[in-house]
This record gives sequence, C-alpha cells and structure tokens, in this order.
Amino acid sequence: MANINPRVIKVEYAVRGPIVIRAGEIEKQIKEGQHNFPFDRVIRANIGDCHASGNQVPVTYIRQFLAGCTYPPLIDSSDFPSDIKQKVQRLLSVCGGKSLGSYTESQGLITVREDIAKYIQERDGYPSNPSDIYLCNGASDGIKTVIKLLMNNDPKKPSGIMIPVPQYPLYSATLSEYGAHQIEYYLDEDNNWALNIDELERALNQSKEHCVPRGIVIINPGNPTGQVLSRENIENIVRFAEKHRLFILADEVYQENTYLPGSKFFSFKKVLMDLGAPYNHMEMASFHSASKGWHGECGSRGGYYELINIDKDVRMQVNKLISASLCSAAWGQAMMGAIINPPKEGELSYELYKKERSDIVSRLKQKADLVSQLFNSVEGVRCNAVMGAMYAFPRIEIPEKAIQHAKSKNMAPDAFYCFQFLEKTGVCVVPGSGFKQKPGTHHLRTTILPPVDQMKVMVEKFRKFHMEFLREWK
Amino acid sequence: MLAIRCRLPINSSRIVSAAGVITRKEQKRHASLTMETLNPLVKEVEYAVRGPIVIRAGEIEKKLKGSHNFPFDRVIRANIGDCHASGNQVPITYIRQFVAGCTYPELMKSSNFPSDIKSRVERLLSVCGGKSLGAYTESQGIITIREDIAAYIQQRDGYPSDPNNIYLCNGASDGIKTIIKLLMNNNLEKPSGIMIPVPQYPLYSATLSEYGAYQIEYYLDEGNNWALNIDELERALNQSKDRCVPRGMVIINPGNPTGQVLSRDNIENVIRFAHKHQLFVVADEVYQENVHLPGSKFFSFKKTLMDLGAPYNQMEMASFHSASKGWHGECGSRGGYYELINIDKDVRVQVNKLISACLCSTAWGQAVMAAIINPPKEGEPSYELYKQERSAVVNRLREKAELVGRLFNSVEGVQCNPVMGAMYAFPRIELPKKAIEHAKSKNMAPDAFYCFQLLEKTGICVVPGSGFKQSPGTHHFRTTILPPVDQMKDMVEKFRTFHLSFLREWK
Repeated sequence: MANINPRVIKVEYAVRGPIVIRAGEIEKQIKEGQHNFPFDRVIRANIGDCHASGNQVPVTYIRQFLAGCTYPPLIDSSDFPSDIKQKVQRLLSVCGGKSLGSYTESQGLITVREDIAKYIQERDGYPSNPSDIYLCNGASDGIKTVIKLLMNNDPKKPSGIMIPVPQYPLYSATLSEYGAHQIEYYLDEDNNWALNIDELERALNQSKEHCVPRGIVIINPGNPTGQVLSRENIENIVRFAEKHRLFILADEVYQENTYLPGSKFFSFKKVLMDLGAPYNHMEMASFHSASKGWHGECGSRGGYYELINIDKDVRMQVNKLISASLCSAAWGQAMMGAIINPPKEGELSYELYKKERSDIVSRLKQKADLVSQLFNSVEGVRCNAVMGAMYAFPRIEIPEKAIQHAKSKNMAPDAFYCFQFLEKTGVCVVPGSGFKQKPGTHHLRTTILPPVDQMKVMVEKFRKFHMEFLREWK
Repeated sequence: MLAIRCRLPINSSRIVSAAGVITRKEQKRHASLTMETLNPLVKEVEYAVRGPIVIRAGEIEKKLKGSHNFPFDRVIRANIGDCHASGNQVPITYIRQFVAGCTYPELMKSSNFPSDIKSRVERLLSVCGGKSLGAYTESQGIITIREDIAAYIQQRDGYPSDPNNIYLCNGASDGIKTIIKLLMNNNLEKPSGIMIPVPQYPLYSATLSEYGAYQIEYYLDEGNNWALNIDELERALNQSKDRCVPRGMVIINPGNPTGQVLSRDNIENVIRFAHKHQLFVVADEVYQENVHLPGSKFFSFKKTLMDLGAPYNQMEMASFHSASKGWHGECGSRGGYYELINIDKDVRVQVNKLISACLCSTAWGQAVMAAIINPPKEGEPSYELYKQERSAVVNRLREKAELVGRLFNSVEGVQCNPVMGAMYAFPRIELPKKAIEHAKSKNMAPDAFYCFQLLEKTGICVVPGSGFKQSPGTHHFRTTILPPVDQMKDMVEKFRTFHLSFLREWK
C-alpha cells in the first residue's frame, strides 16, 4: 500500500461501494441457510440495471440481431425475421472477414456510426457526421477519454472540471484518478434540482486559485437527481460555458428516460445550434449508452460520444489516442447499432418491438410517478419528482443523536442510516453521501427498477424502518 | 445542409453558418480545446500498428475502388494480428453457438442446438442478473468464468489459482493499462519507470507516454533469437536510476513483434533479476497458445516463479491472456483477463474499488472468454468439430510461421529470426546509405520510408520496425503471418521484387 499509485487510493465509487459489498455478504449468508436476518431476500435498488432488477427482459429484435451477427447460419432459418436478417448482413458486410470477431475501426463500425449520425440528425434537426461519432465501452469509457483530453498535468494548478452536486460518482472517481480539481456546483433541490447560473459563477470563481477551469459536466436527465432540465436552463448553461470558455460534457445517457408530462428532453447540441453564433461553434461532447433507455443492455458496454465543433488537429490526436486500445467491444457496437436503428413501421419486427418497448416505458413511467409519491407520504421524507432517469433521491431528516453516533463511527450519517436500513430490511440503496450533497443534508438513492409490487413493498419497509429509526434516535 | 465548409486560399478557412459568416480567427476566440490546451501527454502517444502507414493503406483502398494508377489492385493488410480479418480463419463454431445461445436463449429450444453447448449457456446465464447477458456483471467478471479460468491456469501450471485473483477486462490492453496505472507515483521529477523490451508492442510505450512514466528500454538480443540478456537488463536498469523510480518490468512471451518463445532458463533468470530489484512482473502472455516451432515450448511466468520456490514464489506479478489471439482469434470481442499473483490484500481492495467505477467489462467479451477457456471435451457432442477446426487453424499458422521465416531469409539483404510463436515475422533489412539519408531529409525513420514505398509500389501494408523501437542503426518491419498461404507466398515474392529494385534504386 505504501507504493501504490496515491491517486488510486483517493478513488471512491459508492454505487458498488461498501454497502453493496455488505449486501452481497448478506445474500450469501441467506443462501447458505442459517441466518438471523428479519428478511429472506435482499432487494437490490442500488444500481441502474434493468435486466437484473426485474424491470424487463431483453427486447426481442435486439437479441435476434445480435445472435444473427454472432452466428450467421441462424439467419438462414425460415424462422429468422427477414428485416433483422438484412440488418445483420449490412453490419457484417463492413466487418473484417465478415466477422464480429475482427477488430473494428478504432472509432467503431462505419454503418453503426452512420446510423447514430442519422439518429442524432433526426433528433436535433442538425447534421451529424459519422466521423464525429466514437463508439466506446459504455459511456463511462468515453467520458474518461474526453476528460483525459482536458488534463494539463500540472500538479500545482491542475485542470478543473465543474461537476454537479449531487453527481454520478464516475465523475468524482475519474477526477480523483486523474489528479484534477473538482469544481463542485450545487443543484437547487428546492427548484427541482435546477442549475442556477449564480451558483455556477460562485463555484467557478472560488475555484480559480486552485485550478485551471477547463470543462463542465452536465448530467441531463440527472443522476441521481432525476431532473430533466428546461430549455431555458440549458440555454443559460450554454451561455455560461461560452463566457468562461468551458468544454461542455453533456452526459445524456438517460435521454430516452423521461416520464412526466412537461418533461421534455432537449439535447445540448440542439440548443447550442439553435442559439446561433457564437454558441454554435462551442466545443462539446455528448454521451449516450446502451445501458439505459428502454433497452437496458448494461452488460453489453455499448455506448458512444459525439464530438461537436472539435478542432481538426485535436481530433487527430483523439483518434491516435484511442487507436492504442484498438477498438471498443464489437458486440457492444452491434448492440448500439440495434438500439439506434429499431424496426420501422411496416417492417416484420415492428409490432412486437413496439409492444415490448411501450410496456417497458409505461412500467417505468408508472414507477417514477408512484415512487416519489410514496416517499413523500413518509413523515420527515421529501422527494423531488422523478422527471427522468431511473432513480428517486429522497431527502431524509436524520435525528441529531443519530448524526453524532454516525460521526463517532467515522461514517457519513446517511451511510449509517442506509447500513441500518440494509441490516434491518434487506433493502440496498446508496447513501446520498456517495453522490455528494449540500452539507447538512442527507439523502439516499434508490432505483425505480424493481417490479411495481416489489417497489411498493420496499417503500412500506422503508416507511416502517424510518419511523422506528426516528423513535430510536429521538 | 446548414453548415458549409469551403476552401479559400492558403491561410483562411471560412465556415458559413445560418447565423452569418465567421472567420477562423473569431472561431478560435471561443476555443476550449486546442492543440495548445490539449493534454500534453496525449500528444506524446504513438501507436504504429494503426499509425500513419495504416491510414495511408486505407486511403489507397478507397482509391482502388474507382479508377487509379496503382500497379496493384488490392491492399494486402499484414499490419495487425487479426485472424478473422486477414482470412486466416472463420470463427470457431462452438464459440459462436455458445455466444448466440447466451444472447438469445430461445435458440436453444431447437433440436439442432448442441446439448453440451446448451448446458454451458445455462450455467453462465444462471449467474447473470435476471439471467441476462444484458445485466452488469460483478466488476471482476462473471464468477463461473473466473472459476473456469482458474481451472485452466491450474491445469496449465500445476499450482492453485483462485477465481478472486482473476479479473476480466476489455481485452488484455485494458487490463495492462489498469495494472501499469497502479505502479505510477505521480511524481513529475522522478516518475515511476517501467522496463519494456525493445522491440516492443507499442501499447506499452503509448501507455507510458500517456501516464508520463519513464520508459526503461532493454534491448532484446537479435543475434540470439531475441533473448533477454541479464547483463542488458542490468545495464538498462542502472542507467535509468537517476531519472526514475523503477517499479516494474514487462515481458512479452511469446514475443510481439519478435516472435520468440523464451527458454525456461531465460525466464528463471528474468525472475531472479526482477526479484533482486524488487520489480513487479507484468507478463504479457496473450500468445501462450501460439507456439509454432518444434522445440519451442511455452513456460508460464507463474509456473516458473512457483517452481523456483522461496523467495521467488512470493513475488508479485500479473499475467495477461486474451480472446484475440490463440486459435480462436476473437479480436472484436475484447475478451481478456489478468491474474494477480501474490498481491497484497489491501492493494487488491484498492484494485477492486478502482475497476468498480467503470462497473464491469463487456459481458459478451466475458462470454467469449468463457467459451474459449472451457472448450468441448472428448466425448461431448461438439468435440469432434471443435477439434477439427482448431487443428486446422493451428496447422495453418504453423505452416505459415515456418514458411515465412524461410522465405524472408531467402531474400538478399534480409535476415529473419525464426517465428517461434505469436503471429508475426520481424525481418531485418539492410538499407542503402542513400535511402537512409533521403528518409532523414524527409524527417522519416528509414524503415518507415521503406515501408511507405513498399505500400505505394505493391499494396502491401506492414508496420515499420521504428514503430516498435529497435537497436539504433538497425531497420526492420513487422508483417503478420495471417493471410492465407497463397497470399503470403505472393506477398513475399512481391516483397522480393520490390526489395531488389529498392536496393538498385538507392545504390
């Protein structure tokens, strides 16, 4: 430990952190039989994994497509849908030796990038060039690559990146790993987790002594916070970033997870372009993923980023950098290819796809609505609306005694709370401290992914636990 | 089209947008990421295997599709160790059936689906979240796969292997970068130093550049089948001590680009050297199943370490394997793993924490690795076909390894060490002085100049030796042995003609 990379020691990632490790231990003990827990199963509501949580099974056409790409003799069967067969043939035709087992171009298979560019163009109404698209091993991999570009390797005044609080802890983990300065800007809990420009200015100004500010991360829809930013909010952020010459990292992996009427997703790129000069020349990156949306293919590690308005010499450097790891997972690329170009009306696979997709989306909508309602019905708990993404982030009032006790154990108060919650009910959620939060506030993040019944049970268990906790630590 | 880019004379470039005309100068005013502000370490990174010559090959391929003036009608890509793309082989049947079954379990209802593959699929899916490969896996990778890998390693070496020490990663490249990262000290004045072979697979130099680490280069002995000489290791290490804190040592065995398979003795000496200097051993063993010549046998670093007994059997090391090479050649899957051996338990907790932030490696890559590491056994329904497919691939590689080394040696002014293992030949070429001067005048490495000429005149794309580093004053290039036998023979003949004509031209 004395000579391990010191930055590695600083890295934390709560979504798979200590509480999740403990949940795993408990699961083992329950499996092995003899145990004293007052519950017989762990409810894992810690990670945005749709298949694992029981939100859904894989979407049929996606898996048929992937299976066909994997083992082409399958597509000759009369059972195999002809529209998917064509898609498979198109993909394999641009693979080395017509096999998904070949390295692909470092940016990713050209047909997939063409389809992504088309998707973006259709979404925004502005052209998108396949040469600006980069397939990566999940958005996480792409995010790390882009942040790396902004690092200056100056330990005295390192690059600074603005990150929201609360945030998805990949960002704090990556910035710790890179030795960069984390410029934390607080989201406004009382205003549906909006980004206030005054707050952005404050955060930036206070950071200027310690770092060279280079970029700003915006997660929209938000994780863990679930807000979907208004058009106006996005415009103001763009103006702010332009004023301070910040590179925008738009984490838009939940762009297909919006639930509430009145929550509409506006892409940063579209807003940038609509604003016209000088904003439409700003450099930015937008990230999307195969792990979320209605498809939820987390294990595939499919993802991509679009580099917008990037200097051409810089782009060559990016291409050179990514070439050293050759390419991202071809199966993940194929997955992204399937997702971004679903069956169209009139095609054979369309009806089934449409049904499967709407079922998933309506389930998510239903749970988004239900969960925040239920949390808000518990005394001492307040939960902002789940406008998008896959999580609820209720705020809990923790009694002073419990806070002191937690501190005596060197634990964040909500971590202590969540560990108790786990030990007493088997429900595994992630403490708000894992995402950072306004000092003095406490939260927890739960997913909205378990089936409706399980979610109801979960919130009832929570209600009961919370009441007891308040009594115990009064 | 909303934005039109048009070329105007020399220094100006204009972009017309819906909002009006903006000159390049004004555009720069808003730039947040330029060459001046780009991470300086990123600028240092080079990776020749997909570098300038390969980019040029791609351009030529495009032109060949239409009307062109090239004296050839196709590009022969012998730059990258990609078996499927090069035409060395088609995918192995049981592997693809397995992955297809994991992808779309419905398929397994068919009576055609082999029962032995079906039970393997069911075993894997049973430990996946929601029984789907679409769930995130444990950060180290799916437990049944790690168990199978541990069993493979145990069978190979005769020493126990623990699934908890196995880490599935997005290709060995990803794992290698993670391990090297652990050894970094983030001290700009005296950075961590890692010993790397010369010639080396340029992922290492690229990674060390990216991390700002010091590259302690040790020369392999070309006159002795690219062996590692301990004197040379000592020299390299001593000379580096002022400038860095030596932390680790990379050995690529079988070698890339050099193709040697190290003798048992050589490995033992390297281990003793690493122990003496307290270096972490990074054993890149991705070609462990590519051993071609009789008399060449693969000895794993771990087995050798363990056989040597104390104190060597307590040394910390990492060994890497990949789905991309071997007889399976599934490069696109980005399957791979590393085994951490004798790692401090607190350090291991840190590793687990570090990798958890990217959640897990690709589940499909893990599934490919699972298939590869646990092939059909004798008596199982898929065994005969697998055995046949595997031997065909292995025999082809053997044949080409032997042939290619021989053919290159038959060309005047070319000397090629035997291709004992891996997938490449790395012939040494004598370049006329005039050509060397000319290359230097164009700011090119002489063998890069040579290889570009070879490409433009014959369509053959190989990677210049300078891309792998080499003993100063020597020149090489790396070709794969993957294209089909006929193409390889053709390639070497074209090369022969080109080489003789090059010698004449630059005499």
